[in-house]
Amino acid sequence: MAMSVSSTASKSLELVCPAGNLPSLKTAVDNGADSVYIGFRDDTNARHFPGLNFDVKTAVQGVQYAHARGRRVFVALNTFPQPAGWPRWERAVDQAAELGVDAVIAADISVLDYAHHQHPNLPLHLSVQGSATNYEAIRFYYEQFGIRRVVLPRVLSLPQVQHVLDNSPVDVEVFGFGGLCIMVEGRCLLSSYVTGESPNMCGVCSPAKAVRWEETPNGLETRLGGLLIDRYAPGEPAGYPTLCKGRFTVADQTYYAIEEPTSLNTLELLPQLQAMGIAAIKIEGRQRSPAYVTQVTKVWRAAIDACRRNPSAYTPKPEWLKELGKVSEGQQTTLGAYHRTWQ
Amino acid sequence: MMKAATMTAYHQPKLALGPVLYYWSRETLLDCYERISAAPVDILYIGETVCAKRHLMNTGDWLALAERLSATGKEVVLSTLALLEAESELKTLRRLCENDRFTVEANDMGAVRLLAERKMPFVLGTGINVYSDQTLRFLAGLGAKRWVMPVELSRQTLSTIQAGRPEGVETEVFAYGRMPLAYSARCFTARYHNLPKDDCQYRCLNDPEGLTLSTREGQAFLTLNGIQTQSAQTCNLLPELAELRELHIDVLRISPQAQGTATVIEAFAACLRGERDAGEAARALNAVLPYGACDGYWQGQAGLRQVAALP
Repeated sequence: MAMSVSSTASKSLELVCPAGNLPSLKTAVDNGADSVYIGFRDDTNARHFPGLNFDVKTAVQGVQYAHARGRRVFVALNTFPQPAGWPRWERAVDQAAELGVDAVIAADISVLDYAHHQHPNLPLHLSVQGSATNYEAIRFYYEQFGIRRVVLPRVLSLPQVQHVLDNSPVDVEVFGFGGLCIMVEGRCLLSSYVTGESPNMCGVCSPAKAVRWEETPNGLETRLGGLLIDRYAPGEPAGYPTLCKGRFTVADQTYYAIEEPTSLNTLELLPQLQAMGIAAIKIEGRQRSPAYVTQVTKVWRAAIDACRRNPSAYTPKPEWLKELGKVSEGQQTTLGAYHRTWQ
Repeated sequence: MMKAATMTAYHQPKLALGPVLYYWSRETLLDCYERISAAPVDILYIGETVCAKRHLMNTGDWLALAERLSATGKEVVLSTLALLEAESELKTLRRLCENDRFTVEANDMGAVRLLAERKMPFVLGTGINVYSDQTLRFLAGLGAKRWVMPVELSRQTLSTIQAGRPEGVETEVFAYGRMPLAYSARCFTARYHNLPKDDCQYRCLNDPEGLTLSTREGQAFLTLNGIQTQSAQTCNLLPELAELRELHIDVLRISPQAQGTATVIEAFAACLRGERDAGEAARALNAVLPYGACDGYWQGQAGLRQVAALP
């Protein structure tokens, strides 16, 4: 049923922070995350990067650490298994249940179906990778698998988010800060088109092994799968060659044809998100360092608390924006699709 | 008859024309379907799948077109929008899903829900992530009668899914065309013209085959089509016809372009009838492609590669 704004306005927004390893999980908890989301060390999650993520031992430690302090742990199992890899996903779901985590974040129908039937008491969240941008899709996952929460793709404007919220049978989580996917998550194959590996199939986008940095007489060039993604003049800050964030040519123009290297930052929308009845704000960045997690968690904890105490007097403090600016891609931030003109 | 003899020897896939992904004038679109109605293609997917703002054909027009095409003996399927955001878009979706005449192709789980609720058999379009036979079985239980394989899957994955596919479910493969690769809130055509999406001025009408995006070294690799991003290279699986038959693929999809689609259909049909060699026909088709052909996904590699060597 529709959530009424008045009943949820006083409820605090849950702060969901990323952890790519145990130190990140601990610092997220120490600095005020209500929940932390993690992944296992394989392609069952959408941040399958070398050296990242949790094995059973560190996952047990992480869950203990968080639970001892009254915080929750979610496990992302949000890629799309192909038949040959299915046993890994089955094992990952079982493992999450055995760990006693507070939710599994999944996208694929077979994964949701397995978890729903094998572990009926394990709460399920629909991952952003599930591409649910409208309430009919959310209802589908609720009716079929009893999901308790949906994470919305970063493509909706604020009024659209409100409309989804008014008609959603489950809690809604939105992205508040971090790397920005310009495409609907779960529906972007650009990475595999160029490198053979995509978020859906392999849990990676623009994978590091396909990246090449080259100093040339034309400047520093970044390549992905051999394709020139960007070229930087001397002194120009160079960024990681994420496929959609390069400078390309369309007809007579060379520009950031898809998206600038920029991060999402919704700190200024916090009172509106809170008043709308959003349940949780997600911070992107399991691939980032513990220092990033510390910084971002601190700022968002302070902001959420300030907004809860007095939403009408809330404005983002300059020092918060400065801190977040330091850890943002390209040192720039945007309101993304929440702000209609960005679209 | 020659055809009957062929059918006992080989599995004979049907030919489908996918929905027009670009924004064409009403006249261009209707002319195209007029011509296609006489072409050797068995199934026509019609409807707007990319952008709800494209209004030259409204839902009533699409339904009327479906009736006309159906009268020519074709199987007509109504394709639905891939990215649903606004209530008005859901309203159109409901109207399509509630039609009692034509099968609907779902491109979003919202559509799957509505169709399953009505207990109407439906098609799972390329916008639905079916990566395994488990997922396919689940959706077949809700009424899916055909699925279009996601374009990034390989023949190896497909063969495993085929082995476990549920009884009575048809498999369709995107066999020819520029592949849909991504959807966004942002309109890249409007961005190119420095216009906000809300005031896009329907500039995509000027690009009947989209806008080509190249690297700064001039290597074309993507096509911008409003909020959709496609490959610049054309996926051409005609050379794989023998294997597609072996895998018991039921339907081969050709994705329409403004130019040359009739020739492509003729080439596929002639190869299916056994009148033309698939390698030779593919080479002739590839010769006129502006940015070349690709089969990388099918071969389990980066999608833009052309792996198989043509004779």
